[in-house]
Amino acid sequence: MVEVTEELIAALKRKAVTLRKHIVRMTHNVQSGHPGGSMSACDIVTALYFHILRVDPKNPTWPDRDRFVLSKGHACPVWYAALAERGFFPVEELMTFRKLNSRLQGHPELGTTPGVENAAGAEGQGLSFSVGLALASRMDHKAWRTYCVLGDGEQDVGQTWEAAMAASKYGLDNLTAFIDRNGIQQEGRTEDIMPLEPLRNKWEAFNWHVLNIDGHDFRQILAAIEEAHRTRGRPTVIIARTVKGKGVSFMENKIKYHGAATSDDELKLALAELEEMEASM
Amino acid sequence: MTAGPWKLESQRSYFGRALVDLGRRNPNVVVVGADTTESLKSIDFGKAFPDRFFQLGIAEPNMISVAAGLAAAGKIPFATTYSVFGSAHTYNVIRQNVAYTNLNVKIFCSHAGLTVGPDGATHQINEDIGLMRGIPRMTVLVPADGPETARAVTAAAGMKGPVYCRFSRTNVPTVTSDQDGFAIGKAHTLRDGSDVTLIGCGLMVARCLEAAQTLERERISARVINLSTVKPLDLATIDRAARETGRIVTAEEHTVVHGIGAAVAAAIAVNHPVPIAMVGVQDVFGESGEAEELLRKYGLTVEKIVDAVHDLVKRGDRRT
Ligand SMILES: Cc1ncc(C[n+]2csc(CCOP(=O)(O)OP(=O)(O)O)c2C)c(N)n1
Ligand SMILES: [Mg+2]
Repeated sequence: MVEVTEELIAALKRKAVTLRKHIVRMTHNVQSGHPGGSMSACDIVTALYFHILRVDPKNPTWPDRDRFVLSKGHACPVWYAALAERGFFPVEELMTFRKLNSRLQGHPELGTTPGVENAAGAEGQGLSFSVGLALASRMDHKAWRTYCVLGDGEQDVGQTWEAAMAASKYGLDNLTAFIDRNGIQQEGRTEDIMPLEPLRNKWEAFNWHVLNIDGHDFRQILAAIEEAHRTRGRPTVIIARTVKGKGVSFMENKIKYHGAATSDDELKLALAELEEMEASM
Repeated sequence: MTAGPWKLESQRSYFGRALVDLGRRNPNVVVVGADTTESLKSIDFGKAFPDRFFQLGIAEPNMISVAAGLAAAGKIPFATTYSVFGSAHTYNVIRQNVAYTNLNVKIFCSHAGLTVGPDGATHQINEDIGLMRGIPRMTVLVPADGPETARAVTAAAGMKGPVYCRFSRTNVPTVTSDQDGFAIGKAHTLRDGSDVTLIGCGLMVARCLEAAQTLERERISARVINLSTVKPLDLATIDRAARETGRIVTAEEHTVVHGIGAAVAAAIAVNHPVPIAMVGVQDVFGESGEAEELLRKYGLTVEKIVDAVHDLVKRGDRRT
């Protein structure tokens, strides 16, 4: 892995602000979608797409590419924004999100959007899908790796734990999972709706290599991924502490912005904040 | 099981052997299982190709999604378990991760229908054909016997896209032969006739053939169609049967609410309406019992097929 320089961190931070602006605009434009969980996962997705993943925007189905799986499919605005910025399709297309005849469906569809690797929407299936990918890569003695981003609300789903067992049974060290631990799901705080703690112990008990990080600190994200790459014989889960709605002050930690777009006035405020952040970089 | 003139054979044994043969021919074929692999005989594949076999435990949603991931990376996974778990129990996983994705996952399930027997209603799924044929992009196969189950394995692997195939726990009469050929999307006419067409699937095909023999003695000429592909439906063959014989009786080990009877009725209602009767499970759950006892109690018999034909003939409103 290349050295983590100040320049790299600065570039990733700038890119993340760009993605957040896309997320706010896309969801505002169609007055629907899920900005909160898109923004909490934004720095993880940015680190992956702009530093880690070996993908080729000109050849999205290149067989030896790394696979990114978004299990919490409602957060696809961040995925589409990253794919567009990475050159998989024109940035202008982002404004077709959730509109009739768009390639950018409300939840990810396989085969339609260049770069999208799974279908998601019903929560809890992505980690199992990633297990299948990781098994195939290993069976073929390939070097490509699978990265899966899960929500913390998604830890409620039984299938997530079926997948956790299967991944450790097969010692899938080519699989790295992220839990976007923003503490909020659709209708409230995770610890009120269905308590998850001690979450770390749960994953350890399932024989995963567990890392706890700040999911908005690029150095920690990159270091954790590097440690996952070095880990042999076990899959790694990176529990990333995050803030839902991260990047726009009035959206942060608000249950409402799980599934609500900004109003016209809020959009202006949000973009002003993000632009100010950009300017200060 | 009444055998008529036919040999009783295990569809699962044919299935297990066919998987191993396929595995030998095609290194991309892999098998996933859910603690039912000995019963399904998919364990035979696991013994022959341990590196391409994944025992995933009693975790069917995970099994289906893992199969989808394997398919997304170029494998041809066969997901194998009992029909109730490989359809209803995992319905939305199949819908989202297999069909919506249009991935090359082959779900092959035994223990379909009432003839699961003593395990009772929890294990006797009479709804899977309807569930599966309702999903866009899904191909639905119901082989009539052991040899046809083997042909279904080969054909499913030879096509791109998701497949659901259901067959029986109990031994069933072998009514097809290699000369019949097998093609997905093709309904096979096993016997010609001009007064009525009997359309069956699975173990009811043999009963349709027996009913046709009985009817022949009464000078009623019955055509028999083996509807081993429920979806895509062979509209041309069904339409021709409606036009040429003017009456249709369907027979299935499945609820009549949304099984092959409903599929055939909808097709002929649109193209060429003719009187139709449906032999099948009447919107009820099954119960414990031996396979043959259950088929009798729930009306899935040769006599019921013959009675249905008599009723249609008596009505006299045949339309060709
Ligand atoms: C199986 C399933 N049940 C319910 C929903 C409705 N739903 C959409 S998002 C969501 C909450 C997700 O919470 P989390 O996984 O924490 O996502 P994030 O906070 O990262 O947005 C729910 C309940 C769903 N998508 N899937
Ligand atoms: Mg959350």
